[in-house]
Amino acid sequence: MPSTMTPLLQVERLETQFPTGPGLVRAVDGVSFAIARGEVLGLVGESGCGKSVTALSIMGLVPAPGRVAAGRILLGGENLLAKDAEAMRRVRGARIAMVFQEPMTALNPVFSIGDQIASAVRAHDGGSRRAAWARAVEMLDRVQVPSPQERARAYPHQLSGGLRQRAMIALALAAGPELLIADEPTTALDVTIQAQILDLLRHLQAERGMAVLMITHDLGVVAEICHRVAVIYAGRIVELAPVTSIFARPLHPYTRGLLRCLPHPSRFGQPLVSIDGIPPDLRQNGAGCRFAPRCPHAIATCQTHEPGLEEREPGHLVACPVTS
Amino acid sequence: MALPLLEVTGLEKRFDVGGAWLGRRRRTIRAVDGVSFTLEAGETLGLVGESGCGKSTTGRLILRLLEPSGGRIRFEGRDLVSLSPRELWAARQRMQIVFQDPFGSLNPRMRVGRIIAEPLQIYGREDGAGQRRRVAGLLEVVGLDPAFAERYPHELSGGQRQRIGIAAALALHPSLIVADEPVSALDVSVQAQVLNLLMDLRRRFGLTYLFVSHDLHVVLHMSDRVAVMYLGEIVEVGGRDIIHREPKHPYTQTLLSAVPTADPTLRRERIVPRGEVASPLAIPEGCRFHPRCPFAFDRCRTERPVLRNVGTGHQAACHLYDPR
Repeated sequence: MPSTMTPLLQVERLETQFPTGPGLVRAVDGVSFAIARGEVLGLVGESGCGKSVTALSIMGLVPAPGRVAAGRILLGGENLLAKDAEAMRRVRGARIAMVFQEPMTALNPVFSIGDQIASAVRAHDGGSRRAAWARAVEMLDRVQVPSPQERARAYPHQLSGGLRQRAMIALALAAGPELLIADEPTTALDVTIQAQILDLLRHLQAERGMAVLMITHDLGVVAEICHRVAVIYAGRIVELAPVTSIFARPLHPYTRGLLRCLPHPSRFGQPLVSIDGIPPDLRQNGAGCRFAPRCPHAIATCQTHEPGLEEREPGHLVACPVTS
Repeated sequence: MALPLLEVTGLEKRFDVGGAWLGRRRRTIRAVDGVSFTLEAGETLGLVGESGCGKSTTGRLILRLLEPSGGRIRFEGRDLVSLSPRELWAARQRMQIVFQDPFGSLNPRMRVGRIIAEPLQIYGREDGAGQRRRVAGLLEVVGLDPAFAERYPHELSGGQRQRIGIAAALALHPSLIVADEPVSALDVSVQAQVLNLLMDLRRRFGLTYLFVSHDLHVVLHMSDRVAVMYLGEIVEVGGRDIIHREPKHPYTQTLLSAVPTADPTLRRERIVPRGEVASPLAIPEGCRFHPRCPFAFDRCRTERPVLRNVGTGHQAACHLYDPR
């Protein structure tokens, strides 16, 4: 269960930008949220909304020429943005770990998975090679890789997609991070394997009391695993709420739209309510609500006045003055 | 009763991988292994399953984009497998395919107007002016402004590209459209627009769809009947509501319970599936699903189950439902 003490991670007014030929892309534009120890927060949105860039900003891995232009990222009260590259490298090894959609992004093809996990263990805890290897085998067992002794000697390409994902999770957890950032960890997997990996993540998270930032485009995954969820649109959070209340009472027109445009068991075969139009160009930093051009409820002030997140119900924040 | 539009019997596709060499046996993938179904005119049959189950291969075999290794395909009363190349060329006007990847399937060097007119040119339909009129009409049918004829694919969004693919598929007035993962590459808000369009077109032109997808909810949404595939065979087929509410085959039950639903009130009892799909190079003896099946008994390990009636218009290939 999430703790109510000071949050583990606080992201405050984060802005991450990419200069491009035709203009500055404001990929993340004033994003604020917090994650408590032991909490699973979902960051959900469509392609290009800024959810992965938010994750890379926290990790200190924004690819050049992109940069964090403003804001603070506090991990246990320390501002990560003030740290130099070497200090960030230590944070990444030990305190924050990340798993990706494609395990080959994280796994080295020329070392066995046991070697990779063992070297992560040694980098963090020191100790002998033999002890680190034993720990690697134990980690593979913990992520439910069958016959972990033999599999530890396998190279990434010798494993199925599901097993590779498990190996990457074992590698990420080797140093016992306080925060795991999972960027679409099940998107490339078949649905039965996805169910297994979500089950594993849920289990490991509860067992270790680890905080998880789950980045996904899939509201189904959010419903399965998250405690709270932030819906992000065009670089800004539009709604932030406990999972039960966002599905029961979505308040932002974009969140409502996202939920209604999914095929739903009670409405199979009936026309879907789609969201007209496309997301805005992130180089145009106009005034007003970014969703206004697609919003069925937009009024005149939506075009001119940018709404901030307001608490509408306990713990349920929305950036829309129109809907209630 | 009228003849079905499409009747597929015992369809097979084997791929040889690696030659026989120094006593090593040639290995064969049985990608599609005895698939039979019918499709009535105006009906949508969904073909659903995980990667490697043979669903896309089945779609391609029906159009003879791949040559079947065995079986029969009767389309509009003619056996497609025995047609001469010339006859096949003529028959193909009536059957078209919409692909998943609207980036890879449109020629980047052609303007949209030429892409849509290409089938008309190939089949010598209409003169230049007639083709231009038809292109404008098709663009309107798929919800795009006729001015799009002058654009190139790279200038379009994923959803617009998919509409172009659909317009080109409609150019020759086909009766059957194989839709192969048509919305899998799209964001959910755009996905809803394309699914709505496909449903409108079906009504408007009396189209028959073979709708292939890995996404069970999308397939249930779009289809009158659903066939569930596993390792090259159909394990269950039935009406949409039957498959959704009373699935009989343990694999269908597993698949349904594994799909994350964006509605916490609909949470089913979760069956976390065991293990992973076997390699199509080493298909298990007996029932292909038995190594992962929670209900498997002796007979499942030795005898391959066949599709048998388990209800009205509902068939499953599972020994649990065989009274013997």
